[in-house]
Amino acid sequence: MADTTQVPAGETATPQHGTEVGQNAPAHAGSFPPFDSSTFASQLLWLAIAFGLLFILMSRVAIPRISGIIEARKDKIAKDVAEASRLKAETDAAILAYEEALAAARKKAAVIAAEAHKALSAEIDAKRHAAEAVLAEKLVVAEAQIGEIKARALLEVDSIARDTAEAVLGILTPVPVSHDEIADAVDAETKR
Amino acid sequence: MEHDTVDPIHQFQIHELIPLHFGSYNFSFTNSALFMFIVVGLALWFLTSSTASRAMVPGRAQSVSEIAYEFVAGTLRDAAGHHGMQFFPLVFTLFTFVLTANLLGMFPYFFTVTSHIIVTFALAMLVILTVVIVGIANHGFKFFKLFVPAGVPIYLIPLVTAIEIISFLSRPISLSVRLFANMLAGHITLKVFAGFIFTMSALGSLGIVGSILPLLMAVALTALEFLVAFLQAYVFTVLTCMYLNDALHPGH
Repeated sequence: MADTTQVPAGETATPQHGTEVGQNAPAHAGSFPPFDSSTFASQLLWLAIAFGLLFILMSRVAIPRISGIIEARKDKIAKDVAEASRLKAETDAAILAYEEALAAARKKAAVIAAEAHKALSAEIDAKRHAAEAVLAEKLVVAEAQIGEIKARALLEVDSIARDTAEAVLGILTPVPVSHDEIADAVDAETKR
Repeated sequence: MEHDTVDPIHQFQIHELIPLHFGSYNFSFTNSALFMFIVVGLALWFLTSSTASRAMVPGRAQSVSEIAYEFVAGTLRDAAGHHGMQFFPLVFTLFTFVLTANLLGMFPYFFTVTSHIIVTFALAMLVILTVVIVGIANHGFKFFKLFVPAGVPIYLIPLVTAIEIISFLSRPISLSVRLFANMLAGHITLKVFAGFIFTMSALGSLGIVGSILPLLMAVALTALEFLVAFLQAYVFTVLTCMYLNDALHPGH
């Protein structure tokens, strides 16, 4: 485009501005600046240097730093989450252990209660048996006593009956009756 | 020089600040080169100073740096997959450079580096050459399967291949012209409307009242240009990621 400076400047540079720009244009190389190839070499060189510098400093300094910050944050969050889940697992384990211990204690308590119950009932049984034995013994003795008393009483009944019969006979009849006859009669009556 | 205030092309002119001539080549340090270094310095200063404290809970500036990083990383990962992350330094540098250059150009009297086709074309060629070199290095001859889509009927292959080759060759052009033309057209439009304000208000009191219209337009265009500055950097980055995907997965 640089060769187009020969052409009247008003045509190449911004036709919409007409003569005003046309008068001014020769001072500015005459062509539309972005298409002025005389500046290309300089722009390319400095772009390469500037962009290369930016690229190197970006990949050496800025990008590692920003990615480092983001990674560190991600790590921190992951670590905190892991720590939280570890604590939760610990809590769960503690709850489980507590429940197990509780269940074991309950079982043990039930066993102890059953044993105590068994021991107590055995003791009670023994005591009851002993008491029963004593009572039975006393009963036998008492029965024996009763039997004895009864026998004695029965004997006394005989003598009372004889005496009574003798007295009654004495009143009723003047016929003397011997003691033996009365005793035989009473015996016969009582044994009937 | 009164014409310069209304000449919308003046802002794109390149001046030699430090003349450097080697034979017939002119490598002078120009205002364009100066702004390239300002862009580089500004981008690096922001990214490093905002992250200097390496805060676990980021402040505002560090958030901006991290969002830019995550944004470009996400775009690249979506387009080119996990293997694409090897290009991250290149893509992030491109995004940062283009975005900073576009936004810096919004300041009055500042030179817009990306409003010159040779700059955007060089950046686009950097992307395309990276695609070609990495593609051939990774896949060898199979890289050219890129031009022969799978599942196309045999009699259509010559036609489709021709279209694919043309579309591949037009990529650096479309990539560079899109950015260049957006920045150029936006700045020209802004300058034209700003020029209207001066020319109308020079016409007297009625002109001053009337110049409110182009003033409002210039304000609205400024907002639009900030959007375009960001959007074009984003579009450049997204397309770069998509092209880099071809270098990794040429089989469509």
